[in-house]
Amino acid sequence: MMEVVDNSYPGFQFSNFARNENLVAKGFPMPNSRKTGTTIAGIVFKDGVVLGADTRATEGDIIADKNCSKIHYLQPNMYCCGAGTAADLEMTTQLMASQLELHRLNTGRQVPVVAANRMLKQMLFRYQGYIGAALVLGGVDKHDSHIYSIHPHGSTDRLPYTTMGSGSLAAMSVFESRWKPNMEAKEAKQLVRDAIAGGVFNDLGSGSNIDLCIITKDGATMIRPYDVANVKGQRQGKYEYKRGTTEVLSTTVRPIQIVAETVKKVTVEEMDTA
Amino acid sequence: MAVPGVCLQDFPLWSGGPTPGHFYNFPGNSKMNTGKSHTMYPSTSGTSVVGLVYDGGVMLAADSLGSYGSLARFRDVKRLFKVTDKAALACSGDIADYQFIREVIEQKVRDDVCGGYTRELNAGALHCWLTRVLYNRRSRFDPLWLECVVAGYKDDEPFLGYVDKIGTAFEAKEVATGFGLHFAVPMIREAREKKQNLSCDEARKLLTECLKVLYYRDCRAHFKYQLADITPEGVTIHDDLNLKKETNWEVANYISGYE
Repeated sequence: MMEVVDNSYPGFQFSNFARNENLVAKGFPMPNSRKTGTTIAGIVFKDGVVLGADTRATEGDIIADKNCSKIHYLQPNMYCCGAGTAADLEMTTQLMASQLELHRLNTGRQVPVVAANRMLKQMLFRYQGYIGAALVLGGVDKHDSHIYSIHPHGSTDRLPYTTMGSGSLAAMSVFESRWKPNMEAKEAKQLVRDAIAGGVFNDLGSGSNIDLCIITKDGATMIRPYDVANVKGQRQGKYEYKRGTTEVLSTTVRPIQIVAETVKKVTVEEMDTA
Repeated sequence: MAVPGVCLQDFPLWSGGPTPGHFYNFPGNSKMNTGKSHTMYPSTSGTSVVGLVYDGGVMLAADSLGSYGSLARFRDVKRLFKVTDKAALACSGDIADYQFIREVIEQKVRDDVCGGYTRELNAGALHCWLTRVLYNRRSRFDPLWLECVVAGYKDDEPFLGYVDKIGTAFEAKEVATGFGLHFAVPMIREAREKKQNLSCDEARKLLTECLKVLYYRDCRAHFKYQLADITPEGVTIHDDLNLKKETNWEVANYISGYE
């Protein structure tokens, strides 16, 4: 007898937990959630912030999407890079974007970046880490330029440079050796590009292209792709066979002859809903 | 005929042979069936080792810390040592196992010298030997808990190799163990992309930079380190180097609170 799923409580249902554990013990393979593998990074530079991300989405060992967008829009002055479970990231950032827009309309002024940070961490903490979203939130508001790293359990850090995802260590090694305060825009973009490239080439969960998003007090510029790091190879020649390669020795045409024509009425059968 | 209180063990049917109902230890295979379990975790351990091949030789670096779990217990452990004029070895992992293998290797070198063997042990031979030893030990469920980097020369060609506690072994132009794999190897690869052949000074600068980043980001790293430079002339080990003065904590001014 099937149990009716209780829809009265919002949030995650854990009623199937015991059954799932039992199935795993018996050898049933749990379906892989689509993760983003990922290298994401963000830095504060002289005029604002630069966010960067790779573009590979993995489903276990397979690349599910070669060119997915990991820099999500929140507000005209705020973007958010996401690492972790792809679905959770998409839904969380879209939810946040609408909440922040409502906030902006409600207050009548530009939303401060701390507001997004606070709203994200309150939501993620409420779900106790079950929403697998690790975020690098960056934005510029009337107070300052901000970069926040937000972890799935709801802790946040405000930092001048940060990385997240499986390629975060490779990207962080670039930042630790080359970050300086008050960098120029060109230098900052190159640094973030190099950090993501470190992740793309040294981490198997990250790959394909590098996207960049530069946010200053004048607005945000999304550059997608900033760097096509992995170009698909060009075919060296044409491999099709030329017409006439196979010699035609003789041709016979036999048309289909219509012998008889009958008309049969098709009755509609009712679907068996017993 | 069961006599109460007396079992078969009291009257062995034959001496030195299998006892019915018990495991038999075949001669020559001492450890297989005793049912003893060997320690399968390191106690005092060393963190990453980083090595790279440059134009004119090979360079290796390792910090001088022996951690006892999260305690920075021994801050002057020499994890890098010169084997012969053609090879140097650095290990991360259990310090006790490192000291054991070092003594075995030193004895091996002494035997070669005293026995009049003119070809001294080169890096390639050492790497090969070490692979076989470590793989064999793991196959007997008694591993030496080590990740070793062998650096030196093999037939006039610079050689850099990695051997693992499970017997994984490979040669490469840049090699690291532990956290070095995640932090240092991407840095070295990036530098090599810009310039294929690094000079001695560039290589030393790069290695110091790698160790500095590791000191920033690895909980079990330390600022005191050793560096080994192997050239066709021989092995030079620089001990008691300190990168504390080169660390830049200016970024701390930009961090306050978490929001």
